Amino acid sequence: MGIRFVPFFIAIVTTFSAGAAFAASPIKIGGLFAVTGPAAFLGEPERNTAKMVVDEINKAGGVKGHKLELVVYDTSGDATKAVQLATKLIKDDHVTAIIGPSTTGESMAVIPVAEREQVPLISCAAGIKITEPVKKWVFKTAQNDTLAVGRIYEYLQKNKQSKVAILTVSDGFGASGREQLKAQAAKYGISIVSDDTYGPKDTDMTAQLTKIRGSKAQAIICWGTNPGPALIAKNVRQLGIKTPLFMSHGVSSKKFIELAGEAAVGIKLPSGKVIVADMLPASDHQKRSLMAFVRDYQRHYQAEGDHFGGHAWDAVMLLKNAIEHGADSSATIREQLENTHGFAGIGGVFSYSAQDHAGLNKDAFVLVEVRKNGWAIVK
Amino acid sequence: MKREPFKFLLFAVLVLVAPLAFKGGYLMNVLVFVGINTMLAVALNLLLGYAGQISLGHAGFFGMGAYLSGILTATCGWNPWLAMPLAALAVGILATLIAFPILKLKGHYLAMATLGLGIIIYIVFNETVDLTGGPSGLSGIPNLAVGSLVFDSDIKNYYLVWTFTLAVMLFSVNLAGSRIGRALRAVHDSEVAARVMGVNARLLKVQVFALSAVISSLAGSLYAHTMTFVSPASFGFNFSIELLTMVVIGGLGSVYGSFLGAALLTLLPELLRGAQDYDIVIYGGLLMVMVMFMPGGLVRGIPDLFRRMARLREGAGNA
Repeated sequence: MGIRFVPFFIAIVTTFSAGAAFAASPIKIGGLFAVTGPAAFLGEPERNTAKMVVDEINKAGGVKGHKLELVVYDTSGDATKAVQLATKLIKDDHVTAIIGPSTTGESMAVIPVAEREQVPLISCAAGIKITEPVKKWVFKTAQNDTLAVGRIYEYLQKNKQSKVAILTVSDGFGASGREQLKAQAAKYGISIVSDDTYGPKDTDMTAQLTKIRGSKAQAIICWGTNPGPALIAKNVRQLGIKTPLFMSHGVSSKKFIELAGEAAVGIKLPSGKVIVADMLPASDHQKRSLMAFVRDYQRHYQAEGDHFGGHAWDAVMLLKNAIEHGADSSATIREQLENTHGFAGIGGVFSYSAQDHAGLNKDAFVLVEVRKNGWAIVK
Repeated sequence: MKREPFKFLLFAVLVLVAPLAFKGGYLMNVLVFVGINTMLAVALNLLLGYAGQISLGHAGFFGMGAYLSGILTATCGWNPWLAMPLAALAVGILATLIAFPILKLKGHYLAMATLGLGIIIYIVFNETVDLTGGPSGLSGIPNLAVGSLVFDSDIKNYYLVWTFTLAVMLFSVNLAGSRIGRALRAVHDSEVAARVMGVNARLLKVQVFALSAVISSLAGSLYAHTMTFVSPASFGFNFSIELLTMVVIGGLGSVYGSFLGAALLTLLPELLRGAQDYDIVIYGGLLMVMVMFMPGGLVRGIPDLFRRMARLREGAGNA
């Protein structure tokens, strides 16, 4: 069986210079991203960013003499495939650490493999379950939904609005958001007067919105990823609903404004800082990282970097940071990752510890509003 | 047919020694899934290849087995060996109840009904968040264990899964060669003729539907305990279609054909990874070529190909 000899897909983005011959051994990093399939909107920018960052690091001479080698596989958002490919990365490619997968489901599926084989895994998915309870070898870079929900509720509380209607999509992202919206409401003195869901492929949500119009809601919170929320924004306009509309960080990219058009104006949402990078004061810790990421992404891909790509940026840079602190094996990288303190990335300022493998606080999010000429930070 | 036991024995020995060729690499992990998919393809083949009844909802039964096993062990703390037969029994009862009305339908209508069934089951997995964990899945499912032997590595799971797969294949080969198998084929060719000959076609169809669902459920339980995690995305409509493709590509009405189909469709994406972004195009193209030139499936197409090549060589020798 000649299967073993079939050349496999290795995306090595290394440029071998003359100096490399004397350098320390390269460090292999695996990437698992959902580049195709329903979660491609996550996986594609993540893969692009990971390749870009590794490329830049190697051009600058690597980390402490180590070149980085990136091996990327496409999981197409399938948990079974993610497990197979994680096994492949560990057993056949002998990677030192793994970045990804893109979705919570895939991450949960891969965790037992990473734990068993003792390879650090930095997930790019948001689900709280990934790092709670803490797993020895598993970290994540995407912000918890708890923080995003907190941002919205804080604003509502400040403006003395206590009755909300929630409308969430029935996929992993929406389910997690719905859970957090319900769990945290009491803490901010908020009552949920209407709780509805919609399907990821639905094309009209007027039924749910008509029901919400009949309720006493003072705000509508919609939790979903494109394109559903854009349709909801349009439906809200068509029905003439005047209740303020809030969205989740799932739509904090230019794509949402393109899809919703005029209807997006006035919508508020919690977002990672990347879309408002240029508006941040110079005193912001993340400003330098954010500007570097946005500039590089624009140059490499002629497109705007979003916070999904940012998750991969953070993962690679956290690894780089760990290697700079002397780590060069799976065990030492894990140790150094856990010691990360005050690392200003794209998603926020990361401080991991033995009790916290998510590493972010609610400063990771800002509340932004869509204006006619783009995003604006809500104070 | 004296050749059947020999063929099965040869196949079993091949399965036994196959791991030696892979030395514990990641392909071992893929081979575990080849085993699970073979079980599913054989189950669907009993229904589609032998009895001639289509089902586009088999991923649903597979998922029910996986979720029932997962919930009973991870949430309720049952012993996996107890959860597995119970899940299979529950799925079997449900399938029997559904089969009576659904199998009155024929052709496209049956396809539509089973398609709907699969989608309903998928939606239940997705929406009953408290029970199934919803779209982000159910984790913490224990591995199977016998005494102090825990099936927690690829090689152990390989032998575990393939033991079940071989048992299912042996059972199916025997079933196909028995009176029931002949009755099924009679129903396939002409239901009216079969009934005239005294075959209780309606009951027989229900029985084989239920049997097929039970085998799928067993495969699902094995999947849950080897993966230790389940999420709805693995049991969607796409997977039902993939199973159907395995059966058709492998060869309708052949147990070994189901293995060939399952092995091809599980391994091919891995082998095509070298082609990078073009893998999907090549994959689709290959499937089309196979259906066009091997309408009887791989199990009949490959020997045919050899025969034709031998004839060509003979022809060349004579000239």
